[in-house]
Amino acid sequence: MSFVLVQVIVGGLLLGAVYALFSSGLTLVWGMMNIVNFAHGDFVMLGMYVAFMVFTLFGAGPLVGAPLATIVLATLGVVVYFGLIRSIMKGPMLAQILGTFGLALLLRYSVFWWFGANFLSLPQNIVGGTYAVFGLRIEASRLLAGVVALLVTLGLHLLLTRTSLGSKMLAVAEDATAAQLMGIRPDTMQAIAWAIAAGATGLAGALIATFFYIVPTVGETLGIVAFVTVSLGGFGSVPGALVAGLLIGVIESLSAYLIGAVYKDIVVYALFLSFLWFRPQGLMGKS
Amino acid sequence: MRRWLWPSILLALLIAYPLVLSTPFQQRLGALVLLYAITASAWNIVGGYAGQVSVGHVVFFGCGAYAAMGAYTHFGLSPLVGIPAGILLAVAIAALIGVPTLRLSGHYFSMATIAVAELVRLIVTNTTYLGAAVGLSGPTVPRSVFDLSFISSLPYYYLFLAILAITLLITWWMTNSRMGFYLRAIRDSERAARSLGAPASRTKLYAFMLSAGLTSVPGALYAMMFGFVDPESGLGILISVKILIMAALGGAGLLFGPLVGAAILVPLEEISNSRFGGNGAGLTFVVYGAIIVLIARFQPGGILTLLNRLWARWKKPAAAKAPQQGAAHAP
Repeated sequence: MSFVLVQVIVGGLLLGAVYALFSSGLTLVWGMMNIVNFAHGDFVMLGMYVAFMVFTLFGAGPLVGAPLATIVLATLGVVVYFGLIRSIMKGPMLAQILGTFGLALLLRYSVFWWFGANFLSLPQNIVGGTYAVFGLRIEASRLLAGVVALLVTLGLHLLLTRTSLGSKMLAVAEDATAAQLMGIRPDTMQAIAWAIAAGATGLAGALIATFFYIVPTVGETLGIVAFVTVSLGGFGSVPGALVAGLLIGVIESLSAYLIGAVYKDIVVYALFLSFLWFRPQGLMGKS
Repeated sequence: MRRWLWPSILLALLIAYPLVLSTPFQQRLGALVLLYAITASAWNIVGGYAGQVSVGHVVFFGCGAYAAMGAYTHFGLSPLVGIPAGILLAVAIAALIGVPTLRLSGHYFSMATIAVAELVRLIVTNTTYLGAAVGLSGPTVPRSVFDLSFISSLPYYYLFLAILAITLLITWWMTNSRMGFYLRAIRDSERAARSLGAPASRTKLYAFMLSAGLTSVPGALYAMMFGFVDPESGLGILISVKILIMAALGGAGLLFGPLVGAAILVPLEEISNSRFGGNGAGLTFVVYGAIIVLIARFQPGGILTLLNRLWARWKKPAAAKAPQQGAAHAP
């Protein structure tokens, strides 16, 4: 295998880990409440802008920006849950899709209105320069983003499967009424799920802001990436999202390298549609 | 005959509008309201009546627009010739999306429609035959009346009114057919409808294909009126958004809902664009987003449902009072 190809694959894996991180938030909410958050990509976009603001106001890098973006977005997640989701959850399908779709527009164009449509970016060496690892040249910002995203996604999986909080959340996902009879508050658990899901997008946004272009409409593309990841990984499954996210990162990088950068989104969307045709339950789901 | 009363009054008002409010701006505004009303009414068949929220309906709009402009650019034909081709293309794409996704829960359908719209936009933007990022233009100087290129908005207005009437008649006919009853049953409870033998997936698919075909017509008309189509104006996600919000604001699943929504939102957008210029576009969509959220949160049925309920409440006390008074006088 050519050396450049390895470089491209590693780059794809690092970006794919970030995809996995924010997609696991979408899959968590979908699996638990059977609601698809169409504003999910725009949450990531907000995380990017928080990181950008932290840099322009305080001159601080992702060490400050990432935790702050996580907190800001987690708070937003709770507000959105109590303000919107809780009431549209019981409503018709139209209300569910309209609600989160409208939220996406509201966030996207508020940012557009405030910051303008210009492409923004953080300084290239905000994390550090470029390192040579085993002869591969890797930017420190991408390495940091990939590693942190991977660890947090794994941590999220452990939280859901190994702790009592995770068990309570799964209980609510399974049967909210039964969980309530066992003394678990579905409302609290669902609010926590929204906080986690939105917090994950904030963290992911702040992490990719160090090397991605920052623009109000980036949420649209990232939102579709999250849909693709979730449908590939099987809905509700964090490990599925992890594998699918890494896979999509690699496929994107490879197609950008082999066919051309403009075609990478085309390849991913086409992959998504072919999956809906042939395997809607995802790679790991049972039919 | 009573049920024809209100539609007849509405039709008379719509015919009279450009003659009474006759400045070019008002006539153009009227034509745009009707154009979006056609598009949103076509969406309404699948989004409102079938309850399947398509978020990528612009792709069918684009089919019509590109077919009309393509007929002129590549074959030197009247853009009108492109309309049937656009309809066929839209119906074929709808079948391609609908067959796999309409069997799944509604979320998959919505996500798939977004992905298809973006996929088509990206492909068209990178295809030289379809004009890539620049788009395709219609005839700069009309060769005959069949090029449908007029300076005044008045001919467009009446053309759009006729198409809107046809679209609404098709919708009305569909709701009163067997298909309409199936759709209503499916929307209320798909499982119950299936268990009673309603062919749910197939009915939803037919509704989607019908809606797609009807959506491509206003796409072609739009391209003819503006004389060109590019990926942003023919396939941009914001057009899907406008279609969706107009139908939902007026009342999804109600015959005249989309028209009401278009009559409110198109003037709002035109005024905000002319008042705030380029910045207004961002602000307009902030307002749109807020409106959608509020509808979803408080009034998923839209304005017409709200009005119907207020009307019923206003009539009910009057009706309830009358017998009571009668009873008081009886002894």
